[in-house]
Amino acid sequence: MTADIHAEASSVRITIVVEAPIERAFRVFTEDFDKIKPREHNMLGVEIAETVFEPRAGGRIFDRGVDGTEFQWARVLAVDPPNAVVFSWDLDPNWQVEPDPARTSEVEVRFTAESPQRTRVELEHRNLDRHGDGWEGEHDALGGSGGWPLYLERFGALIAAED
Amino acid sequence: MLAYQPNAWTALGDPTRKAIFELLAERPRAVGELASELPITRPAVSQHLRVLKNAGLVRDRPVGTRRIYGVDADGLAALRADLERFWSKTLVAYKAAVENSAKEDE
Repeated sequence: MTADIHAEASSVRITIVVEAPIERAFRVFTEDFDKIKPREHNMLGVEIAETVFEPRAGGRIFDRGVDGTEFQWARVLAVDPPNAVVFSWDLDPNWQVEPDPARTSEVEVRFTAESPQRTRVELEHRNLDRHGDGWEGEHDALGGSGGWPLYLERFGALIAAED
Repeated sequence: MLAYQPNAWTALGDPTRKAIFELLAERPRAVGELASELPITRPAVSQHLRVLKNAGLVRDRPVGTRRIYGVDADGLAALRADLERFWSKTLVAYKAAVENSAKEDE
């Protein structure tokens, strides 16, 4: 994998270079998002039938379960084909829906042609600190490290899945 | 072009560091306590702690003559690690999808 992972305090940035023209690079991301999102990230009680990415400002990104139930976890904020797409991340740190938009982060994916057949794709997931409001309070309320098990459970499960 | 910065996922990719992190998640501990609970030496524990600290997962504070290590209470590190993993997996799948679609078109 050609990737450069760089993390600042409140953002995650990943760059990848793909061997494809920019138009195709953009199209596959927005039209085939269903194929590329890891299926194990599933907040539905049932298996995911598909992930729908509506590539227009005001569109939604949601998972649809095999029983028809939907789980929306993002709002599409801006689409500028084939250069960029920006969407919100409406999940809290425990991957539950965050109903308050002020406490959601956002993801920008930028596409840049390096040559007619090669495209650089930069993904930035920023404003992560917005999810942080109340962490300290929660931490205190639960007593010492008591606020941690939720994270750690997730961590543990994810790491176990990696092994 | 592969340039991983020290990050939470690579830090926790090591089973010993993962074990240390889990012990610290239960409660803060000193280096000696960690060494007594794991089949490694104190210097080895210290080295692993340094990696965890650089990744923003662990913090330390002096208590008397000892240093006590604990999980970094800033949840951002955990969230970042989660998201790094999610987006890395997504982009690897994306690269495969976009390059396969390119082949189909040829």
